[in-house]
Amino acid sequence: MRITLNNRPESFDKEKISISELLKIKNYTFKMLVIKVNSKLVKKDAYNIFEIKEGDNVTVLHLVSGG
Amino acid sequence: MTFDEIKSKLKNHTIGIAGAGGLGSNCAVALARVGIGKLIISDFDIVSESNLNRQYFFRDQIGQKKVIALKENIKRINPEVEIITNDIKLNEKNIVEIYKDCDVIVEAFDLAEMKKILIETCLSELSEKPVIIGSGMAGWGNSNDIKFRQNENLYICGDEKSEIAVDNPPLAPRVGIVANMQANTVLEILLAK
Repeated sequence: MRITLNNRPESFDKEKISISELLKIKNYTFKMLVIKVNSKLVKKDAYNIFEIKEGDNVTVLHLVSGG
Repeated sequence: MTFDEIKSKLKNHTIGIAGAGGLGSNCAVALARVGIGKLIISDFDIVSESNLNRQYFFRDQIGQKKVIALKENIKRINPEVEIITNDIKLNEKNIVEIYKDCDVIVEAFDLAEMKKILIETCLSELSEKPVIIGSGMAGWGNSNDIKFRQNENLYICGDEKSEIAVDNPPLAPRVGIVANMQANTVLEILLAK
């Protein structure tokens, strides 16, 4: 399947993947993330069950402390 | 636009500032200087000596509530600005109540955990509202790494990587760049209306 991840095209050899799998594949190990799929917020407790499918637009925003 | 035209537009707008530390104090002062109508500023903290390396407070304000000290400083610059202060720790519930009538919200927290709470609350409950985030500004140098980008109603200012640490503290120059970038984004949004 093909998706858009942070404005860039990405392809995976699976029909669908969970957000947790995506984070693992992409090696996103940051602690504080905000994730949107097709403009809708997905909260952390849904990362294991929320499925990303063909054509989805995924935003992973990484937050760092300081201010 | 002339400055008079800019001021007459800005005076009709309300900006929410979530946090009155390095980002919030400097962003609020920049907005006050250009004539924003109203600021809603929330923070529960008090001014301490370690804040003075980047936050818009003075040595004789150490020990005062940040929101009170900041209001006093802004009034000395521009007494026309209406300032609502909330001496409160923000959470999922009060964020909506306090900021629901603002035109734009500026995320100005120190901790990433708090940034996340504000962003997620706004995305799920105030999704039409522009939110300007500061993320990644610790240390010094590397001015060109600090950037701005827009993702729908989220506007992100910072290098998105420099995290604070004992040997990489937040300092006036880079925090000031990001705080002023946030204020500049507020103008970009409001003056385009």
